[in-house]
Amino acid sequence: MIGERYINGLVLAGFLAVPIWALAMDEPFTITLATRASVLAMAAVGLNIALGIGGLVSLGHAVFFGLGGYAMGILAHHAQTHAALDLGFLAIEGSRSMPVIWITAVTVSALAALLIGLLSLRTTGVYFIMITLAFGQMFFFFSISWSAYGGEDGLSIYVRNGFPGLDTLVPIQFFGLCFTALCAALLLHWRLRASPFGMALNAARQVPRRVETVGLNPMRLKLLAFVVSGAVTGLAGALFADLNRFVSPTMFSWQLSGELIVLIIIGGVGRLMGPVIGAALFVALEHFLGGLTDFWHVWLGAILLLIVLFARGGLIGILTGKDGPRV
Amino acid sequence: MSDVILSTRNLSRSFGALKATRNISIDLRAGEIHAVIGPNGAGKSTLIEQISGGLRSDSGTVHLVGRDVSALSTQARARAGLGRTFQISALAMEDTVLENALLGALGQSGRPWRFWRAAGEDRDLRARATAALERVGLAGVADQVTASLSHGQRRQLEVAVALTLSPRAFVMDEPMAGLGAEGSRVMTDFLDGLRGEAPILLVEHDMDAVFALADRISVLVYGQVIATGTVAEIRVSREVKEAYLGEGA
Ligand SMILES: Nc1ncnc2c1ncn2[C@@H]1O[C@H](COP(=O)(O)OP(=O)(O)OP(=O)(O)O)[C@@H](O)[C@H]1O
Ligand SMILES: [Mg+2]
Repeated sequence: MIGERYINGLVLAGFLAVPIWALAMDEPFTITLATRASVLAMAAVGLNIALGIGGLVSLGHAVFFGLGGYAMGILAHHAQTHAALDLGFLAIEGSRSMPVIWITAVTVSALAALLIGLLSLRTTGVYFIMITLAFGQMFFFFSISWSAYGGEDGLSIYVRNGFPGLDTLVPIQFFGLCFTALCAALLLHWRLRASPFGMALNAARQVPRRVETVGLNPMRLKLLAFVVSGAVTGLAGALFADLNRFVSPTMFSWQLSGELIVLIIIGGVGRLMGPVIGAALFVALEHFLGGLTDFWHVWLGAILLLIVLFARGGLIGILTGKDGPRV
Repeated sequence: MSDVILSTRNLSRSFGALKATRNISIDLRAGEIHAVIGPNGAGKSTLIEQISGGLRSDSGTVHLVGRDVSALSTQARARAGLGRTFQISALAMEDTVLENALLGALGQSGRPWRFWRAAGEDRDLRARATAALERVGLAGVADQVTASLSHGQRRQLEVAVALTLSPRAFVMDEPMAGLGAEGSRVMTDFLDGLRGEAPILLVEHDMDAVFALADRISVLVYGQVIATGTVAEIRVSREVKEAYLGEGA
């Protein structure tokens, strides 16, 4: 059995090695794959804060991913058409600047998480899953019908948005940006988990009664976790949109919410690097098996099934010999 | 009476047609252990839940240190000074023993909104948590996962978490449950010394412990207090014998 720290270090090193190797071998597409894995991992790291520490099985995290995506899409669209977004009382200029887009994405998804959390945290268990799913569907269908931004067809952004000092169209530079963002999200999860807040949240998942009895409010702890979680997933959504230079309602789809959960379960629920391993495996399978068969999801499903049945701690649980938190 | 720390007045609670508690008025005075005894299903745990805020009362009031806390949430009552333990241990089983104690210390500090520094590195929290663990004799297992503790150790940890709160009054639901003779004796000695810090409302089935510890006893039968008195009074009360202690006791 291997210590979790070593596994974490190895995973990050591997994550860096692949694109560096690809750079040396002049394989830009592999760099793009690594970027995709980083961004999906970051979205799942966000969900892992709510799900893994707080025990909140949200089947609606695509809402935040999609909001981040559309924050990018809408701002960049207005920038590329040179027409301000007219809200009647206020005209918002578009933007091609990633920092501006990111701040918008984080703010919008945090606010959405606050509202959705306030309503859905009244419920637990299956009802919580269902109500978050319902919010996801609301956003999905709204985006389909919102023809100003492409409706069902989505919205293409022709040039990737900029970041001061970088040429974001160079694959390895954009990878560096996304990987750094992933590391920041991991750092946040790590510090949060050990902090007083994380300790209380983790206890609120296991025994809310106990948390109340020592004078803390488990609902408030979970609500804040949901907001932080949504904000991280929202930022990942903005990066995902920039990676594809395209946003569409599929970013809001319940399948995406489900995939984020699957990534976490495969890697290990509540484990720092769980989502990273899950995302790397997911993108690798998608690429290698997807090239061979249209039914690669079946294989993903088989892996998921084996893990759920035999390895509750996910791949990290297998490697460390330690089960993770129960959700 | 100025030395009453915790009091209930006419507390009642029904579950459907079942009247689990009926017009319960109990005082807990400074420095005393007030035992609540009664047969299974008498309503003891229901009373504890009503006092600590886990169950809404149909009627009646709860006062803590002169303040009406009847409308307050569980968390607010804890912050007002109520230290409660559960009949069935309610601990974060995946976490270490120390983390469970730290949680209590964190609740006592009232500042859970800290996100960066590790909880275990906070000196004040740590000092408070380890002091409580030492007092109940769990310092040696502080770093073990709580799920690995014996039943008796879990009962001790329940008490330790309540200690971290430095409450004005303890409310304990069967702290000796399942402890065995030696464990009960140790817990009895411990609670004996604790009453000087804060009075204890003690629900307990272990009659040896109750008779050894209690300054006063209230007897609960079918949701009603049928007698309150000193150990000597309760021992000789015919009413109590008939209703509860039976011929054998
Ligand atoms: N949540 C509930 N819903 C319905 N009935 C309940 C509930 N809680 C308790 N009761 C009933 O209320 C009565 C009192 O229960 P309570 O748990 O307070 O008894 P107790 O005196 O603590 O018993 P024990 O000595 O076994 O712990 C019992 O008949 C019990 O079945
Ligand atoms: Mg009981």
